[in-house]
Amino acid sequence: MLGFDRLVALVAKDLLIELRSRDVAYSTLVFALLVLVIFNFAFELRAENLQVLAPGVLWVTFIFAAVLALGRVFAAERDRGVLEGLLLCPIDRGAIYLAKLVSALVLMLVVEAVAIPAFIALFGLNLPLLPLGLVALLGSLGFASVGTLFSALAAHTRTREGLLPILLFPISVPVIIATVKATTVVVAGDPWELALPWLQLLVGFDALFVGISYLVFELVVED
Amino acid sequence: MKATVRVEGLEKRYGLTPALRGVSFELTPGEVCVLLGPNGSGKTTLLKVLATLVRPDRGVVEVGGLDLRRHGRLVRGIIGFSGHQTYLYEELTVAENLRFYGRMYRVADLDRRIREVAEVFGLNDRLNTRVRALSRGFQQRTALARALLHDPPVLLLDEPTTGLDVEGRCRLAALLGELRARGRTVLFSSHAFELERAWADRALVLSAGRLVFDRPASDLPANVLNLGGAHARV
Repeated sequence: MLGFDRLVALVAKDLLIELRSRDVAYSTLVFALLVLVIFNFAFELRAENLQVLAPGVLWVTFIFAAVLALGRVFAAERDRGVLEGLLLCPIDRGAIYLAKLVSALVLMLVVEAVAIPAFIALFGLNLPLLPLGLVALLGSLGFASVGTLFSALAAHTRTREGLLPILLFPISVPVIIATVKATTVVVAGDPWELALPWLQLLVGFDALFVGISYLVFELVVED
Repeated sequence: MKATVRVEGLEKRYGLTPALRGVSFELTPGEVCVLLGPNGSGKTTLLKVLATLVRPDRGVVEVGGLDLRRHGRLVRGIIGFSGHQTYLYEELTVAENLRFYGRMYRVADLDRRIREVAEVFGLNDRLNTRVRALSRGFQQRTALARALLHDPPVLLLDEPTTGLDVEGRCRLAALLGELRARGRTVLFSSHAFELERAWADRALVLSAGRLVFDRPASDLPANVLNLGGAHARV
């Protein structure tokens, strides 16, 4: 049985630890802002190339920052051997995955909530925040769902920092493509209906990735 | 008396290396049993199998009448396990760690229970101290308090005296006596049996994954910890 109260306790614990240590949030946020600044120097965004470049700039930044954050999802458990303590609890082990996914997603959204206004300010854009936020939520969920699973898998290996992106990027290509395409519609100011197929694809992949990851998580963390 | 723990023909391999080879024994309610053996004899593997952390390759393992393979989650609810690691979050305080695990086990009247286990291990003054600021000994006391928090019928302790000072050992000894009186089953491993001989009713000795001794603790020879040669003699 999943147990919503236990899920809340798991997420609250993760967020409290992050709030106190600020291990992941600071490094991820600084990294995202630095990448945006570098892109700002590298590209000169004008009205004619805005639609082509802006979504790519934004999502390359988010995805690289997310890899940094996802690599630390199981850090507290891995470094101090606490994962066994969680596995000892009489809970569905998939609940541990869901809690880690929610924690990672919250962290990614916080970083994005700071990075998007910085992106708008740096590149002098005028973007509708609500549609962009929806795309960011769905895209981040898809990326975090697979990333959390692979982070657990990579946590047991010596080459975890290198292994995570190698595992993560090929699998998450459909999510990245759909997210960038939907962001392109938002940036171009096209009718919202044009983004719907991409959003539907995102919802589908999100459901698929979360479902499969939830089911196989127990196999990943077993001895 | 019906066994609380039943192990029959248990086998576990790590790759080609056998860790447990045909181990069989039973533990009854109120029994405090010490698990001895040299490094690599399979003590930790056996405890981790019972705690559902390691999946056995072969054999029957039941805890509280429940088969481990089929009812792993239910079994985890009736065991308390303390391992080599403390399983504590260093950024959280002692109370926050205990509260977190208490919520995982859905412990009733959690605040009262936290005060109780803190009293048992002399942690009352340190409930609001972050774990990273505790000495190794107090971390171990907190780890034992965590294992005891949900008042499990079966307690599995892997070298529980690690890092404990004399007072901590006395508290643990008193606790084991109380658990025995309340019909709880305790299986603990040890490297310092001379000190803890009086704590156990029964001794199991593992050697190279085989159970080579299963008798009352009082029957153990004094030099049993000269393991290796001594095991062959036992």
